[in-house]
Amino acid sequence: MKAYINGIGAVSPQNTLSNDHFLDDVATVEAHLLPVLKPDYKEFVSPKMLRRMSKIVRMSTAAAITAMKEAGIEQPDAVLTGTGMGCQADTEKFLNAILNNNEELLTPTAFIQSTHNTMGAQIAFMLQNHNYNITYVNRGFSFESALLDSLMLLNEKETAHVLLGGIDEITEESWLISTKTGVYKKEPLNNLHLLEDKQQGALAGEGAAFFMLSVDKTTASCAQITQPDTFYKPENLTVIKERITQYLTTNNLSPDDIDLILLGYNGDEEPDAVYAQLEKDLFAHNATAYFKHLSGEYDTAVSFATWLGAKILKEGTIPEILQKRKHTGTSVKNILIYNISHNMYHSLILLQEVS
Amino acid sequence: MQKLKEQIIEQLNLEDMEPEDIGENDPLFGDEGLGLDSIDALELIVLLEKEYSIKIENPKDGQKIFYSIHTMAEFIQDHKK
Amino acid sequence: MSVSVVVTGIGIISSIGTGFEETKQSLLNKKTGVTPVSILNTRHKDFVLGEIKRSQKELHQLAGTDSKEAWTRTALLAIIAASEAFADAALNLDHAHKTGIVSASTVGGMDKSEQYYKDFISTTEHKKYIDTHHAGNHTEKIAEKLGVNDYITTISTACSSSLNSIMFGVRLIKNGLLDRVVAGGADALSKFTLNGFNTLMILDKEHCRPFDESRRGLNLGEGAAYLVLEREDLALEQGKKIYAHVSGYANANDAHHQTASSEDGKGPCLAMKLALDKAGLQPSDIDYINVHGTGTENNDLTESIALKRLFGDQLPPLSSTKAFTGHTLGAAGVIESIFSIIALQEQKLLPNINFKNKIEATGLVPVTEVLDASIEHVLTNSFGFGGNDSSLIFSSHHKNPVK
Repeated sequence: MKAYINGIGAVSPQNTLSNDHFLDDVATVEAHLLPVLKPDYKEFVSPKMLRRMSKIVRMSTAAAITAMKEAGIEQPDAVLTGTGMGCQADTEKFLNAILNNNEELLTPTAFIQSTHNTMGAQIAFMLQNHNYNITYVNRGFSFESALLDSLMLLNEKETAHVLLGGIDEITEESWLISTKTGVYKKEPLNNLHLLEDKQQGALAGEGAAFFMLSVDKTTASCAQITQPDTFYKPENLTVIKERITQYLTTNNLSPDDIDLILLGYNGDEEPDAVYAQLEKDLFAHNATAYFKHLSGEYDTAVSFATWLGAKILKEGTIPEILQKRKHTGTSVKNILIYNISHNMYHSLILLQEVS
Repeated sequence: MQKLKEQIIEQLNLEDMEPEDIGENDPLFGDEGLGLDSIDALELIVLLEKEYSIKIENPKDGQKIFYSIHTMAEFIQDHKK
Repeated sequence: MSVSVVVTGIGIISSIGTGFEETKQSLLNKKTGVTPVSILNTRHKDFVLGEIKRSQKELHQLAGTDSKEAWTRTALLAIIAASEAFADAALNLDHAHKTGIVSASTVGGMDKSEQYYKDFISTTEHKKYIDTHHAGNHTEKIAEKLGVNDYITTISTACSSSLNSIMFGVRLIKNGLLDRVVAGGADALSKFTLNGFNTLMILDKEHCRPFDESRRGLNLGEGAAYLVLEREDLALEQGKKIYAHVSGYANANDAHHQTASSEDGKGPCLAMKLALDKAGLQPSDIDYINVHGTGTENNDLTESIALKRLFGDQLPPLSSTKAFTGHTLGAAGVIESIFSIIALQEQKLLPNINFKNKIEATGLVPVTEVLDASIEHVLTNSFGFGGNDSSLIFSSHHKNPVK
């Protein structure tokens, strides 16, 4: 199953929301987490709606509107979102209020805005969209599940244009809690030196990336996206390599056909060792790149990678800031994204040029 | 009433609003006024309990009490313990 | 799509029973599970809940799990129900067939997170529960225990969550991606949800009265349930017993308000209509509707309006079963799907207990006794926060029926 990506929008720690340039001003920070670069949300949402929206809902809405605008679609036939941890800020707010006030004098807003489907629901409400609406919440598989469902909907031929998004936010509290399980690094680091940092865990980040998928190729089409593959806790590297090879074969490709491998290096020893090994054998001859020094690590970070891939195919260039092993070919037709999240969720997404 | 306006702005996260922007007799709910909705009504019920120790048992009573700043202030005056 | 999907296994745990048989007996004997708070550690002792009257220790025993590991109540309920469904379907995992798990939850492991949250922040005690908080944790636990791992995912769309799991499971099979799916949902009670719903002032301190004029709100409940969905031809080939055929399904959005349904019931009406279209059925083909019927003023009124709009004067017998179990949130869709299947199997309409007077504005009178009826098609609704509205239709399967 495949679809055209006809519109993209990303709110991220980089200047990515306005699509008229491509990573020419990358932020270098010394930080323990990478917060998104805040756009002027008033350009996207009325004050009336904005007042109830927490950060995650704001970035989701801005990214979604951007993708729709680019695709020229006002009413998607479906809205699908993936979020690993959902609305952390509102969940914390309500939970802390319960614990600190002994279950008294609690107010509803944080509670109702804490449900995982709030992003998708707010988009539907804003557009008065009554169509299919769903939210996937399986951590490192959340975006991939929403993507698979999107492609299935298009394949079932009852929809033509589907809005897909991956969103996660970071808060100081959720970051702190995640340092205790070794998921995130504790001490600040320079994001551009991510791969050299020896602390356990990844650099925390957040973001929202949305895509308008369609069966129709239009002048706005920037890439084709293929059915993803997700696999959980593979036993060893051999299984991983088999899985990757099989995915490529299903798409009538071999490792040599891939012009760029976009890898989820995140500064954590274990997954990074897997990527490094793949760069030595399976992908020994391919151009490679990484992205989490720009987005940070979060459950739906692969949506940022998808945004990057679509942008690369559209612009025809690979920003230097992403590159590991340099691309020496003349064009980029096939991009493979391979991401490992929490050392247990493995996913593959293939992006191809618009033929 | 000035204090009440400030508390409402804070509780309902009405960013960009100043107390001067809310007329004392302006309807708070519905499209003509401030445009507050049923969730805001619940927030205001908690505000009354928290700041003024007044408990409203039936959320439907909120409609009359919260009509405007003026009606709210009157209600608070009548029921303050 | 010409691929047909059937239900070959069922597993369920709720306040009206552990397992399918006990659940069925409670329904047929009008036995409610809604009682005063007994297990949940909350200061709000004056609420009634559909609590599963089992401690963490007892749930571990039922689940066959190690109490020294980090298990949330949600995950324990999920394992118990999923294991029953898996065994019931006699699922043989082999390389010839692809089997996945699609689950749902609204608060995941919050039952433990809220207990240990202060520790998560200030100490390293209880840190093994940090990773059990997220909504997909229980799904992964099921995948690992049962060995179902060709596809793993979790859905969260508030109260409609587990109808969406079933729908996605059906579509994964119809699109040829999987042969069998364990689909369902789980939610344990928590202070978070109890207090959350309380701030919305939609809880009834007494036993809820769905579709009754005097209704004052819902009772929360907890539970977990799973269906095993299989490709029909595969099920027939293997001589499996078949509970029902999933003939129709739809997901629509009300787009009206974060927590309330629109006055004209647009989203609910659309979900039901599209489910009928998918099944190739007319409203008059439906023999029984298991409504969402939470007992809140808003839902029951708007759902009634939507029902009248769609069915006109051909409204079939209907009932809400939420006065039995309470509103089980992420598990509601699948639990009520199982009740719908029971109605099909037993050829009996299920009662809307605790009902006395019809809603004046709409005049709908639900079924209040267990009644014999000829039932071929059952429609079930789950309408949630965020305007997420879903409907499913189960139809009798005439080959390999269970009885």
